[in-house]
Amino acid sequence: MKAAVQVRMETGAYAAALAAKYARVDVVPGYPITPQTSIMEAVAAMVENGELHARFIPVEGEHSVLAAAVAASAAGARVFTATSANGLLYMHEVLHMASGGRLPVVMCNVNRGIFAPWTLWADHQDSFAQRDTGWIQYHCSSNQEVFNTILQAYRVAEQINIPVMVNFDGFAISHCLMPLTLPAQEDIDRFLPPFEPEWRLDPAHPSSFSNVTMAEDYAPFRQMLSEDILAAIPLVKQAAQEYREITGMWDGDTIDTYRLEDAEVVVFAINSMAAELKLSVDILRDEGIKAGLLRPRLYLPFPAEDIIQALPKNAQVMVLDRNYNFGHPGGILAAELKSVLFGRRNDITVKNRVMGIGGVDLTRRFMANEIKAMIDE
Amino acid sequence: MKAVTKAYRPISWPTKGSGGDTGSWRAHRPVVDHKLCTKCQFCWVYCPEAVIDRKEITIDYQYCKGCGVCAVECPTGAISMVKEED
Amino acid sequence: MATSIKKLPDNEQVLSGNGACGGCPATMALRMVGKALGPNAIMLLTPACAVASMGMTPRLGYNWPCINITFASAGSSASGISHALEIMKEKGRLQGELPTVFSWVGDGGTYDIGFQALSAAAERNENIIHFCYNNEAYSNTGVQRSGATPRGSFTTTTPTGKSQPKKNMALLMLEHNIPYVATATVAYPGDLYDKVVKAKSMRGTKYIEILAPCYLGWQFDMAETVQLSRMAVRSGAWLLWEAENGRISFNNPTAQIISGKKAPEPVDEYLLKQGRFSHLLKGPDARERIAAIQSDIDREIAFMRERAKIVI
Repeated sequence: MKAAVQVRMETGAYAAALAAKYARVDVVPGYPITPQTSIMEAVAAMVENGELHARFIPVEGEHSVLAAAVAASAAGARVFTATSANGLLYMHEVLHMASGGRLPVVMCNVNRGIFAPWTLWADHQDSFAQRDTGWIQYHCSSNQEVFNTILQAYRVAEQINIPVMVNFDGFAISHCLMPLTLPAQEDIDRFLPPFEPEWRLDPAHPSSFSNVTMAEDYAPFRQMLSEDILAAIPLVKQAAQEYREITGMWDGDTIDTYRLEDAEVVVFAINSMAAELKLSVDILRDEGIKAGLLRPRLYLPFPAEDIIQALPKNAQVMVLDRNYNFGHPGGILAAELKSVLFGRRNDITVKNRVMGIGGVDLTRRFMANEIKAMIDE
Repeated sequence: MKAVTKAYRPISWPTKGSGGDTGSWRAHRPVVDHKLCTKCQFCWVYCPEAVIDRKEITIDYQYCKGCGVCAVECPTGAISMVKEED
Repeated sequence: MATSIKKLPDNEQVLSGNGACGGCPATMALRMVGKALGPNAIMLLTPACAVASMGMTPRLGYNWPCINITFASAGSSASGISHALEIMKEKGRLQGELPTVFSWVGDGGTYDIGFQALSAAAERNENIIHFCYNNEAYSNTGVQRSGATPRGSFTTTTPTGKSQPKKNMALLMLEHNIPYVATATVAYPGDLYDKVVKAKSMRGTKYIEILAPCYLGWQFDMAETVQLSRMAVRSGAWLLWEAENGRISFNNPTAQIISGKKAPEPVDEYLLKQGRFSHLLKGPDARERIAAIQSDIDREIAFMRERAKIVI
């Protein structure tokens, strides 16, 4: 069914709010932080004008945002929220409670560099700093992908009881107008059934999941969380496939590729810079360099098998990291990639540069030149 | 709610003895002299452990921790604390 | 008149054989709270004695659905649950009377780390009851100083006695313009019960603080828990009051102290009972130290007497 599809010009932030509306979320706790603020403003307005039947809770800080979110989720509500940078760091403790409590909250993080010194603009240090919190993390490269991914995120989160963070760049995505295709609500309702938790806070069946737990009980549940995060990979693929069948839209599943099949030089990057890199690949191809792009759409769980299978033989992989891997040379993506290739793809060479920190502009020409320089290294 | 298909979390259910057989913590045992007892229920209301039957004024020694609050609060001195034999 | 003991309901939400210390005043108070709230309630806890008391997985010593939340978060998490229940009812996913959402939190989770989220929840007038069982220290971690620790008290982080007075948390909550604020303590179970029944019947944020004399932290014989609670009230070290929609009224025996019908008992006897003050009573300046504590109490009585006269 392709009825009632609309195409509008919307910012990435508004696309995120619209996705929450299409997901028919119940509770949205929120707190302002640049560049996320416009998502919360949009949700608050939608709730006020009746467009979204939900409760918006304007709490007093991000720690409380996620504390309200996990509790509402435990009560049986579908919960949405969003944050950025220091707000995400302030939530860190509660991120663990959401994953350990197996509460399927979906949260957008609008990527922004971390204080100090203050910056307002994008890099990926904030979301990568939450690597070990037990959340599934998507990273998106367009406004449309933000919208599509939030809906897929609810599907995955509620199937496997693990919270999902949907990341996209501040300003480049959150504040830029791009065409946005909105599917029919009834199609989304088919894709995303109502939230029916297998456990909730219910006086008819009083119970608790959060008592002090001795090691012999604690350890198996932590092991299960570790295994279930890995088990999300087929669910992520299935969600992307079924979303395509219902809406006709596709952003990749665990990975997204561009001109990859015969590539000798593979660019490896995430988020908005990866969209721009498709144009850098075209420039390099025009200059006779067999370039291609591999963009992990899923950062956690890291799609190791899909990457290993997608990389052409003997490729040089140029990892462009918009973050620092402090204590190691280069960035975090490069380290992750090397760890999955080790012993599996000894034909692959990995090179790494850090760029675009704190919103430094990354043009197609600049990145094409960087990649050419890396080839000669 | 759907039937539980997989226990994602370590669920705890309400039960007596969540701290074990807490009667074993007791150093002194409260003993009620029913001849002196007026069934005023002071012992029942102040018992932190909910181990006193408010009608019969009997004590569940499986869980009574022996704090002695009932003996202190009893207005007629009907409850005495007797040392537990080892 | 407070509800008499014999008229209190039979239901028990606190189950025997839980993990609390013998003589635990918080558990004693929670029994009364349970009688007033009944089983249709959802309980939030933050790290505190009550979490140690509730039993270890897979056993639960409270007969409610419970959630332990991060330490700073009672106010915000209770808000989240309250909104979730209401929207689920609006959307037809829940039927019948909605459960009461209440937090059962110590003085650390109320006065200190939990203050920000609680203040914000009160300012939004969320439909929750926040209970603070106040044992005047971080008892669960072995008795460290909190914002509720009174002047002069020994804790493991104030080894020579705390040099500042406690803050008046209940009054701070009243100044959030919430519909109901009350103080209570375990020696007066009918008074506590009535206050919880009243709080349950009102919409908006309700705050009830319960003085909970902890024998471990205060260093007295556990059998005297209720005695200490009674002495705290009779000396004026703890005042029993409630405020409905901003109007303060005092409950007996505090009402008699405030009105001047009865003089508060000198604080000496109350202090002497407690090991946490024993160092105060040694040395040549013992009188002065006790006088400083007495003046904190006198000031609080005078202040609350005058504050209660402000009715706008």
